Amino acid sequence: MQKSLVNINALSKVYDSGHQALNAVDLEIREGEILALLGPNGAGKTTLISIICGLVSATGGSVSVAGHDIVTEYRFTRNLIGLVPQELTLGAFDTVWNTVNFSRGLFGKKANPAYLEQLLKDLSLWDKKDSELRELSGGMKRRVLIAKALSHEPRILFLDEPTAGVDVELRKDMWKMVRRLNDSGVTIILTTHYIEEAEEIADRVGIINDGELLLVDDKQCLMQKLGKKTLRIELKQAIDRIPDALGAYNLEPSEDGSQLTYTYDPDVERTGITALLQSLNEVGISLKDLQTSESSLEEIFVRLVNSR
Amino acid sequence: MINLQAIKVIYKYEMLRAWHTLLQTIASPVISTSLYFVVFGAAIGSRIEEIDGVSYGVFIVPGLVMLSLLTQSISNASFGIFFPKFNGTIYEVMSAPISFVEIVVGYVGAAASKSLILGTIILITANLFVDLDIAHPFVMVLFLVLTCISFALFGFIIGLWATNFEKLQLIPMLVITPLVFLGGSFYSVSMLPPVWQTVTLFNPVLYLISGFRWSFFEVADVSVGVSLAMICLFLGVCLVLVWWMFKTGYRLKQ
Repeated sequence: MQKSLVNINALSKVYDSGHQALNAVDLEIREGEILALLGPNGAGKTTLISIICGLVSATGGSVSVAGHDIVTEYRFTRNLIGLVPQELTLGAFDTVWNTVNFSRGLFGKKANPAYLEQLLKDLSLWDKKDSELRELSGGMKRRVLIAKALSHEPRILFLDEPTAGVDVELRKDMWKMVRRLNDSGVTIILTTHYIEEAEEIADRVGIINDGELLLVDDKQCLMQKLGKKTLRIELKQAIDRIPDALGAYNLEPSEDGSQLTYTYDPDVERTGITALLQSLNEVGISLKDLQTSESSLEEIFVRLVNSR
Repeated sequence: MINLQAIKVIYKYEMLRAWHTLLQTIASPVISTSLYFVVFGAAIGSRIEEIDGVSYGVFIVPGLVMLSLLTQSISNASFGIFFPKFNGTIYEVMSAPISFVEIVVGYVGAAASKSLILGTIILITANLFVDLDIAHPFVMVLFLVLTCISFALFGFIIGLWATNFEKLQLIPMLVITPLVFLGGSFYSVSMLPPVWQTVTLFNPVLYLISGFRWSFFEVADVSVGVSLAMICLFLGVCLVLVWWMFKTGYRLKQ
């Protein structure tokens, strides 16, 4: 069992406009994990992160980081945290080198050129260190933001929508980078509305909608708990109705009767597939093709959001 | 524990920003001051009689220094905080382990330092045009420093308050410039009709210029003690305002 690093208790936020962005969220973030907060736009992901980092004040509840309260002991907690914001918010005329040094200084750390050099090299930014920020491409700006967030050697990194509006290749680069950081011991919390992203890199996934945390679970457990597999059977000849002998299998016929779909739980001892195939054979239905598929997080997510 | 490192980087960053816009920060006030000297000091001034025993060209020096000091302190400090707010980079300062006091010291300290340097340059420039004797150098420096800090603070408040560029320019343009011109930069209040003399007493800038002028020539519209008290009062009001803004997270934190 991993140690818990961030504890969020009944956290609520109502903006001045009256909008309830967070509603009594409880969440525990474990040391060394990659946690993905998944939810549609406006679900409250950014608000949650902003409160932990000190950009927004909560209207209820509390957060502690490594046992220290984020409001009364902000100096301690903020030292442990790095934040990569969603927007590419960078000055225009600073150089890459100056801006990472500035960030490090803001967090009260003594200058350490060797560390920052290695950091920029790791992020493939070293040859751009003297470039002005406005000269950089979007992908590079994103990396500069990450370098700034890591400049003070934080233990926790928040990435707010790190791959929003980023092309496929850059996205894969980003995932690699996140994994590498995680391997070096940094706890990572990222928000995303791409299910693929959560599925790809997270250890645990939390699903947020309308300011409420619907569930948090290990990605594998989540998939198992909610993930059913389906077997699609293509028939040589279409059938009008399902023979009574097959009634127990709850098969769903396609409209034209040329396909049958069987849903099963892949984690139980007997999936029933062998029996089904035997029964099909017995009633004289011959098969053309078989295909299995797994429900993705996307389907799980849609099911969860719709069921409320 | 104070995050000295953070104050240092903010201060350095702001000073560096001035370095990048050196022409705008230093050259433009120096040029405009020189123009004032040519027009008011040499051309018109030669036809104006002495005021309180001081020749007109010399008389306007303290007012001119104050004019630049006030506008530059305000614009330096307001831009310094408005830009990060405007382009979003303020997130970093807000998420860093820095107290509000440290943020203010960094930004306002840098803006005040720049104005102080500027004031010195303008005095040196003035000395090229006229012979300046400073009767009370320490009092003069005290006025310079207090004015730089107070108005840098005031500029910081404007920068926090402003939500767009128009608002950022509004107060310096519509309030400060008229107050400075009507506060006796170019004349002695005693030259005004009695009614306007009374009205002028409500202009806070009058006290600044009067006190500052006293440190040069020992002539003043109001007593130097009152001047000092007024600038301290203004500083106090700005401090309270800034304190309130940060306490409530005004325009910075939702």
